Amino acid sequence: MIKAENIVKSFGKQEVLKDISFTFDDGKTNLIIGKSGAGKTVFLKILVGLLQPTSGAVWFDDIDVCCISKEQHRELRMKIGMLFQGNALFDSLTVEENIRFPMDMFTTRTPKEKRTQVDYCLERVSLEGINDKYPSEISGGMQKRVGIARAIVLNPKYLFCDEPNSGLDPKTAITIDDLISGITKDNGITTIINTHDMNSVMEIGDNICLLSDGKLAWQGRKEEVLDNDNEVLIDFIFASPFLQRLRSQALSQ
Amino acid sequence: MQLIKDLGQFIAWLPDIFSKPENWGMYYKETVRQMYDIGIGSMSIVMLISGFIGAVTAIQFSYQLSGGFIPDYYIGYIVRDIMIIEMAATLTCIVLAGKVGSTMAAEIGGMRQKEHIDAMEIMGVNTSSYLVLPKLIASVIVIPLLVTIALIVGISGGYIAATYVAGLTPVEFEKGLRFLFDPYNVVMMYVKAITFSLIITSVACFQGYFVSGGSIELGQASTRAVVFGSINILIADLIIALLLMG
Repeated sequence: MIKAENIVKSFGKQEVLKDISFTFDDGKTNLIIGKSGAGKTVFLKILVGLLQPTSGAVWFDDIDVCCISKEQHRELRMKIGMLFQGNALFDSLTVEENIRFPMDMFTTRTPKEKRTQVDYCLERVSLEGINDKYPSEISGGMQKRVGIARAIVLNPKYLFCDEPNSGLDPKTAITIDDLISGITKDNGITTIINTHDMNSVMEIGDNICLLSDGKLAWQGRKEEVLDNDNEVLIDFIFASPFLQRLRSQALSQ
Repeated sequence: MQLIKDLGQFIAWLPDIFSKPENWGMYYKETVRQMYDIGIGSMSIVMLISGFIGAVTAIQFSYQLSGGFIPDYYIGYIVRDIMIIEMAATLTCIVLAGKVGSTMAAEIGGMRQKEHIDAMEIMGVNTSSYLVLPKLIASVIVIPLLVTIALIVGISGGYIAATYVAGLTPVEFEKGLRFLFDPYNVVMMYVKAITFSLIITSVACFQGYFVSGGSIELGQASTRAVVFGSINILIADLIIALLLMG
């Protein structure tokens, strides 16, 4: 279980996160949603330990990650996989070398075992046979999937995804959502996704927290999203003029 | 004030750099790659500059000493000692501060901006160590070798210029090369080479690792790596001269 307790984060005089507390469900797809600038990425980076909160605590099971040594932090991070918004694939390495990197660094597996695990991960993200290609030679959607393959190669307990659908067309975005949701269920891992894609919210959001202006504005499940009168949530869901028109037509009927 | 802050940040960073590697094999591979990049990648420019410096030194001193009071073979002696004591180490390392330093700062800074460093941190990699230590080891091994090459090429350039332009015989130049040779100067050259290689790498890696912002800031970090690297080399040159020759 991952738990954020009274998280406050300031950059200089600007308070970006204001006293956020939230518990992420084990073995579920947890979503952090909100408009751009709401503080989602900062919150996610605090959860994975890339940023330190100004005050508050982050618990991974019974470990307060703010109070552990760098060595313990590194041990904990080996249980974490992360998909970055910009994929963060190493340009000078092939797809196989990218996926193999965590195994090369931390395991004593034989080359054959590593190759088998790379092939399994590529098969899991439906990208068989691109082992020798470089990231620049594959599409943005494929890069996302390679990023997921790299994130799961060491069988992590926790998977973090920062804006997994950004820059993708709706169909590819749905594929990525299905993939992440499938991996979460099949591998029994805890997934935390930072997104502003409403389709992701409605399709895969087991447990959702909505951030607005650095505050926790709403929390609940995908089934509770549409049947809710929280103004911030409604404003977020019906952000586009098209959806606003649909909503006013529905209300008038 | 910024200088003191940077110095403090650099000192606080050192234990992370010199902590135990997660995987010696990966560090070895990275060190070999860096040795190739620094060594092979810089050899042509180092040879070109040192060859010309040796030749120009021979020609200019031949002109200065043309009165007849000082024997001609002194030109060989001067070229040798200028190359050993100053030019081979200092000039080569100032050139490398530009070529290698800017490349290292841009490489690490680019990784910071593309979230590669964050990705490695999330995997549990000690990025301070993995990205910096192999570069430090590679430069401490390779830069003294480049300085040795610069010395040989510089003296060869001086030999060619002295015999073909300044009118010395090969025998006279070789006599000058052997005249009053002090091996202590060679030791000092390698002390300088090792010290300067540590300066070039640590300044460049520091500037790249802690870069923030966008492409303009990355360019500025790369420029700072060259400027601060060169200034620090000159300061260290003076300190080494005072300590070892003063």
